[in-house]
Amino acid sequence: MIAVIDYKAGNLTSVVKALHYLLGDKQAARDVVVTQSPDVVRKADKVVLPGVGHFQATQLLASLGLTEAVRESIAKGASFLGICVGLQWLFEGSTEAPGTPGLGAFAGMCEHFPATYEGAELKSPHVGWNSLEQIRPDSRLLRGVANGSFVYFTHSWRAPVVNATAAVTDYGGVFTSAVERENVMGVQFHPEKSADVGLRVFRNFVEL
Amino acid sequence: MLTKRIIACLDVRGGRVVKGVQFVDIIDAGDPAELAHRHAAEGADEVVLLDITATHEGRGTLLETVRRAAARLFVPFTVGGGVRTAGDAAAVFNAGADKVSINSAAIARPRLIGEIGSSFGAQAVIVAIDARRGAKPPEDAEVYVSGGRKPTGLRVVQWAREAESRGAGEILLTSMDTDGMRDGFDCELTAAVSQAVQIPVIASGGAGSAAHFVDVFGRGRADAALAASIFHFGVTSSRELKAQLAQAGVSVRLPC
Repeated sequence: MIAVIDYKAGNLTSVVKALHYLLGDKQAARDVVVTQSPDVVRKADKVVLPGVGHFQATQLLASLGLTEAVRESIAKGASFLGICVGLQWLFEGSTEAPGTPGLGAFAGMCEHFPATYEGAELKSPHVGWNSLEQIRPDSRLLRGVANGSFVYFTHSWRAPVVNATAAVTDYGGVFTSAVERENVMGVQFHPEKSADVGLRVFRNFVEL
Repeated sequence: MLTKRIIACLDVRGGRVVKGVQFVDIIDAGDPAELAHRHAAEGADEVVLLDITATHEGRGTLLETVRRAAARLFVPFTVGGGVRTAGDAAAVFNAGADKVSINSAAIARPRLIGEIGSSFGAQAVIVAIDARRGAKPPEDAEVYVSGGRKPTGLRVVQWAREAESRGAGEILLTSMDTDGMRDGFDCELTAAVSQAVQIPVIASGGAGSAAHFVDVFGRGRADAALAASIFHFGVTSSRELKAQLAQAGVSVRLPC
C-alpha cells in the first residue's frame, strides 16, 4: 500500500493522478491511500509526502502524530519519498519557518535563494524546467535518468548539498534536487509535472 | 540552467478550442484534452486553458474539460476564465489544474490573490494582466478588463507590483496592442514589468515566428512566453520552435 500524506498543503490531485496513470486505475484504487492517519502510515510499504506551499504547513505532521509514524515506518524499511517541501522536511528545518523542525534525516537547514548571484539579480521563486546534474550512479530513484535531464521546479527555499545528495541543480549555485539514503528519498522538483522524466522517477519509486 | 518556457495556450469556448484573430473570427480548432496532450507531447513546457466565455452556465462544462485534459497531462496545467472566488479556484484545482489565472476578479477584489495563495500556495496563482498602451511609453500602459474592452485607470507596472506584494506567483502579461497580429510581442512593456517584479513574467500576444520569441526572451526579459494560434494550424510546433530557439542561443528544454 502506498500512503500519500495529506497535510492540507497545496494539491494532492496531480500526485495521485500520476500514481493512477502508472499503476492503472484498478490497482491504484486498491493500493493508493490518501491519508492523515498515523496508523495507515505505519502500515504502508511506501509513503509519499507531497507538498507545495509554506514549510510552516509541515507543523501539522507533528500535531497529527505523523512525524513519529513516518519515523517508525522508515525504521521498519518502508520507502519514503518527499516532494518539494516534502524533501525540505527531511532536513533539519527551513529558515522559512524557523520554529518548525523537520524530520532531521539529513543535516542542514533549507535556505532562501540569494537575491543576487555573481553580481546579477536572481529572481525567486525558481520556477520552470531546470536540469539534474551529478546524478549519483547508485541512485535507485533516478535509475535510467540521464545527467542533464530537465524537470519542473517551483520553490523559493532550497536544501543544501549533503553526502546523501543524489542530484544537484544549479540556480544561483547548486542545491540538492534529489536526495537518497537507503529507503529515504526526496526530490525538490515535481515528478508529477515533469513529463517523461518525472514519470520515470515515480515508476522507479513504485517499483522499489 | 533554468530554461525559458514555451507555454501552449488553448482558448476554449463551450468545451471546444477556438482562436479568434483580433477577437473577430472564431475558428474551431479542436478538442481541448486532445490538443493539450498533443502540445505536451510536442514539447510545450506548460499548457494553459483559458475559458473565454466563462459563463456561469458553462462552469460544469469547463470543469469536465479540465478533468479530461488533466487526467493524462504531466506538465504544469493552468486554467483561467471565470475564477472569481477561492471556491471557484478550489473546484478548478480539484479537477486537476496546478495553477489558476485570475484577471478581472483580482482587480475587483485584490484580496482574492492572497486568499487562493493561502490555501494552494503562491505558485498556484497567476495574475493575468491585459495591457494597452497604443503609442504611449511602457510605464503609461493601462490595465484593461472584460476581454480588453474596459479600461481600469490602473497602470500596468504598478498593478503588477501590487499583485506580487499580494502573493501572486507569476504574472501573465498580454499586450492587447499586439495580440493576434502575429507581428511580435511588446518587448518594451514586457521588460518594464519584468524589471519591476521578482516573480516570473509570462509574455503573451503577438507571437508569429521563432524570432519573436528570441526577442521577448532577450530584450523583453520574459521568463516564459505564451503561444496559441501559432501552433494550432500547423504553423509550427513547440518542437520546431524550440529547435530554432536553441539555434539562436536561447536555453530551452528540448523534448526527447
